[in-house]
Amino acid sequence: MSLTEASAPRLARGYRLRRDAARDRMVVLGPERVFEADETALAILALIDGERSVAEIIDALAAQYAAPRSEIAGDVLEMLADLAERGVIAP
Amino acid sequence: MTIPPPLGLLAELTHRCPLRCPYCSNPLELARLAAELDTATWLRIFREAAELGVLQLHLSGGEPALRRDLPELIRGAAAAGLYTNLITSAVTLDAARVTALAEAGLDHVQISFQDADPSSADRIGGYAGGHAKKLIAAAAIRVAGLPLTLNAVVHRQNLERLPEMIELALALGARRMEVAHVQYYGWALANRDALLPTRAQLDAATATVDAARARLKGQLTIDYVVPDYHAARPKACMGGWARSVMVIAPSGRALPCHAAESLPGFDFPNARIQSLQDIWTNSEAFNRYRGTAWMTGPCAGCPNAEIDFGGCRCQAFALTGNASNTDPACALSPHHALLADALETATQPHFTYREPGRAPGG
Ligand code: SF4
Ligand code: SF4
Repeated sequence: MSLTEASAPRLARGYRLRRDAARDRMVVLGPERVFEADETALAILALIDGERSVAEIIDALAAQYAAPRSEIAGDVLEMLADLAERGVIAP
Repeated sequence: MTIPPPLGLLAELTHRCPLRCPYCSNPLELARLAAELDTATWLRIFREAAELGVLQLHLSGGEPALRRDLPELIRGAAAAGLYTNLITSAVTLDAARVTALAEAGLDHVQISFQDADPSSADRIGGYAGGHAKKLIAAAAIRVAGLPLTLNAVVHRQNLERLPEMIELALALGARRMEVAHVQYYGWALANRDALLPTRAQLDAATATVDAARARLKGQLTIDYVVPDYHAARPKACMGGWARSVMVIAPSGRALPCHAAESLPGFDFPNARIQSLQDIWTNSEAFNRYRGTAWMTGPCAGCPNAEIDFGGCRCQAFALTGNASNTDPACALSPHHALLADALETATQPHFTYREPGRAPGG
């Protein structure tokens, strides 16, 4: 269950990432809940597909933001662990 | 000032239901089959809702699965971009039907359970064999890969089995559970003396939920709200009148709350003939208690006004006779003692089932 750099997470069944045109934002929809996805969350969620590993996601974001890998890794793992605990992603 | 659009649409597809729960939130006057909206009208309503800004559609009733066109309705809602949630008693769902709903694009299912003990569950729901059918449906939902929420409606006659209901949610593979205390208007108000929990029961239930939440973190999410009769502040009913949810009753009547038909002096608009946009923005019924400008008494100027919006209009009317009063669940309401009085006298063992054409208590 626990999330590591080797995990290949995907959105859990029952969760969907979509555009909310009326409010001009991206949202994650789930059972009885709506999360607004901020820029950071969106960058991560856009890369989650059940095949890409967490390590690959971190590499991609480090390149995208030209930031040290260690810094990005901490943020990504923290956010994914939180999403996993809330049942939004399946590790 | 522009009015923010609703996030959710609660579509009560029918009032028909094989069960007869004594706390049913449907109105005392149940809509008949002939009064129900047809498929094309519902599909138009779903498209209008999505355009208005609704993100989630809750398909409810009555028992929504009694609508033969349910897969078609789900397909249309999904095509409109809505997240679809089926709120069902599940007694009519078999594997073939579940597969059809999943293929139509259903996102999530919520099954209500009357108890964890089969004979008690069947007695409360007034439907023999219902509990066993729910277990079969839940298994089919799991096989279809649909996420499941178990909704446990709790009251004095089943609260002591809350630990077993949590175990049931785990056994059925639910990732989410709602422990919902009965809300007392309509049928439930008529049966209040048989259903109100005691303080001791409530404290035990809260402790059970707290312990289960800690133990099952990451495995089962439990939503739980302390019931009004034991609270000092009311809940923001529906997140505030006409703030985030629109309800469409089986006949097309648009309501700011599923119990609003219990309020007198309203002319609720009908989605058969009026657009959802027009209803949401312009109708007198939706604007009457929107925001805080309508408040008097302890609510006007209260720092909590934007948090709980004065509580529930239907409970205010049911208990004080005036829907504009502060919800008596609030300790600042001059009518707050009514709730404590009700707890004292709630010792009835018997309740009346909900049935078409039957007056509660009769
Ligand atoms: S509360 Fe019971 S009777 Fe009412 S719609 Fe739900 S299952 Fe049917
Ligand atoms: S007085 Fe009104 S606004 Fe203030 S807490 Fe009570 S119900 Fe809420």
